Amino acid sequence: MEKEKNPGLVQFRGVMKRFGDVLAVEKTDLDIPEGSLVTLLGPSGCGKTTLLRMVAGLETPTEGDIYIKGNRINDVPIHKRNLGMIFQNYALFPHKTIFDNVAFGLKYRNIPKDQIKEKVSRALEMVRLPGVENRMPSQLSGGQQQRIALARAIVIEPDVLLMDEPLSALDENLREEMRLEIDNIQRMLGVTSIFVTHDQREALSMSDKIVVMEGGRKQQEGGPEEVYNNPANHFVADFLGHSNFVDGVIQSRDGDGYRVKLEDGNELMAEGGDWREGDAVEVVVRAQKLDIVPRDSHQTDDAVNCFFGKIKERSYMGGEVSYFVELENGTVLHVIGIVKTKPFRRGDPVAVTAPPRHCKLLRKES
Amino acid sequence: MLAPSLSAVFFLLVIPVCFVVVYSFWLRSPYGADIPAFQFGNYAKFFDDFFYPSLLIRTIRVALETVALCLVMGYIPAYFFYRTESRLKPFLMILIMLPFWISFIIRTLSWINILGDSGLINHLLMKGGFISAPLPMLYNEAAVLMGLLQYLLPFMILNIYVSLDGIDKSLTEAAKSLGCTEWQAFKEVTLPLSLPGVSAGCLLVFVLTCGTYLPPMILGGPGNDMIANLIFKRIVGTLDWPFGAALSTILLGLLGVIVYTYNRYLGINQIFKTLQ
Repeated sequence: MEKEKNPGLVQFRGVMKRFGDVLAVEKTDLDIPEGSLVTLLGPSGCGKTTLLRMVAGLETPTEGDIYIKGNRINDVPIHKRNLGMIFQNYALFPHKTIFDNVAFGLKYRNIPKDQIKEKVSRALEMVRLPGVENRMPSQLSGGQQQRIALARAIVIEPDVLLMDEPLSALDENLREEMRLEIDNIQRMLGVTSIFVTHDQREALSMSDKIVVMEGGRKQQEGGPEEVYNNPANHFVADFLGHSNFVDGVIQSRDGDGYRVKLEDGNELMAEGGDWREGDAVEVVVRAQKLDIVPRDSHQTDDAVNCFFGKIKERSYMGGEVSYFVELENGTVLHVIGIVKTKPFRRGDPVAVTAPPRHCKLLRKES
Repeated sequence: MLAPSLSAVFFLLVIPVCFVVVYSFWLRSPYGADIPAFQFGNYAKFFDDFFYPSLLIRTIRVALETVALCLVMGYIPAYFFYRTESRLKPFLMILIMLPFWISFIIRTLSWINILGDSGLINHLLMKGGFISAPLPMLYNEAAVLMGLLQYLLPFMILNIYVSLDGIDKSLTEAAKSLGCTEWQAFKEVTLPLSLPGVSAGCLLVFVLTCGTYLPPMILGGPGNDMIANLIFKRIVGTLDWPFGAALSTILLGLLGVIVYTYNRYLGINQIFKTLQ
């Protein structure tokens, strides 16, 4: 039997979901490779949760097919799909002890009692909460409850682990800790996972693959670095990180790069892509990729992509400073600089340099 | 800050109840005003004739029957309201409240037009040729239960609904993702978590049934009187205030013991404690 080359453990084929008149997910093809952690990233209402819920069996696709391990599961009821699911609000059963919560899925798999006991205590050890079997969920903190929810989901050895914004209800410090926890356990067990979030930091730090979604449509799919460094369109560039956008027109090819005439009158060298003279483009530069130095320390006036201006706004954020620099022609750039010596003050004259390899070109969207 | 509510409770509840209790010790005078006294004659009278305790026993039996009926018939609509995503939900909720806008007496009387010999049901059955003589559906305990049910069902539905509405729907989804069918998820999660509302609804229906006299008076026969009917007849009919007050005090004491025991063992507080 010939198998598809490198098939995903979970496959979406032309999956579409409509709620009444509202199109929640447009026709989507997507593969979740076995053992990987794939993040569906996007703002609320982008369709990421709907996509997840269709794998879970909590929503039925209006069109298209979903396969798990090569089997079409559209009509398989949720309780027969063998999935582990983690919810934003933990969804622990408040009237059951921690033991009964974690053992819940095992009980419905007809596993003998002594094995259940062993599996539960192993799962609790894995989430580093051994010995809490007899407590009630309300006696645990939010972070602990979410770890119990993780134990409950993995103890049944699911084919796929589905996580619906599992960190959003936790506060900042706990979130980081829990993120590492999920990351570690996922890698240790090698369980294929789908992680839904609107938080780009979560997505960038733990994913093997990120699927950026917006308006029910897949915008870009790729590894964290690829998605961050080579955004496919304006939305992705804007959603991930802090970017500067300037419209322009391709003037000429110059070696590896292109000379771009910007709408504010400046000229800029940019790299990447395949463009022709006269193409309308949008130049994207990450705020962190811009170099900022005091104006008087800048020696050569004819350096590539160097612009002069004054600090208009600044906000100090501890390790880094966020500046808004007003250039001489009025354009305002967002620059994020690491604080090494003394941060600039409002009104300081500065020189901003945009290295050509960090100036990405996107087709101008109408 | 509690002063206004405490004084309202004190003047509107505690003082009147004290009056009733005090009155229950007075002597009845056939010629004029009742005579202030402290004696237990009115209570002795209650226990002398088994007729009086038997009314109390019947009251409790009818109240339990009403609770059972309301529970079964109330859980289903409450669950429907919890699960439905219909846009008609607010409208249907108002329909549940609607009976409260109509006088209790009118609502009870209207059953005569439905269950009576020339009422709707008998009329249709006879017209359709199913029966030749009207079925006797009024003036029995079933009719009383019907009247009580339509009076108390909204209380049960609302109590259960409030409880169900507080249950996070992702709990059911979690149960199903772990291998439960819809019905198993209901038994494991939804039902136990709705028990506080069930418990509160049952208690409310029970207490309200014990204190009502309109359905037995309008829809019941001679043998269907409940304790509140007796109190009503003693006070309004024969103007025997001291005995009426003694009957009221006995009912109050009994209900107090029942409510206390209930709350202690399977009451609202207890159920919430197990949840925490």
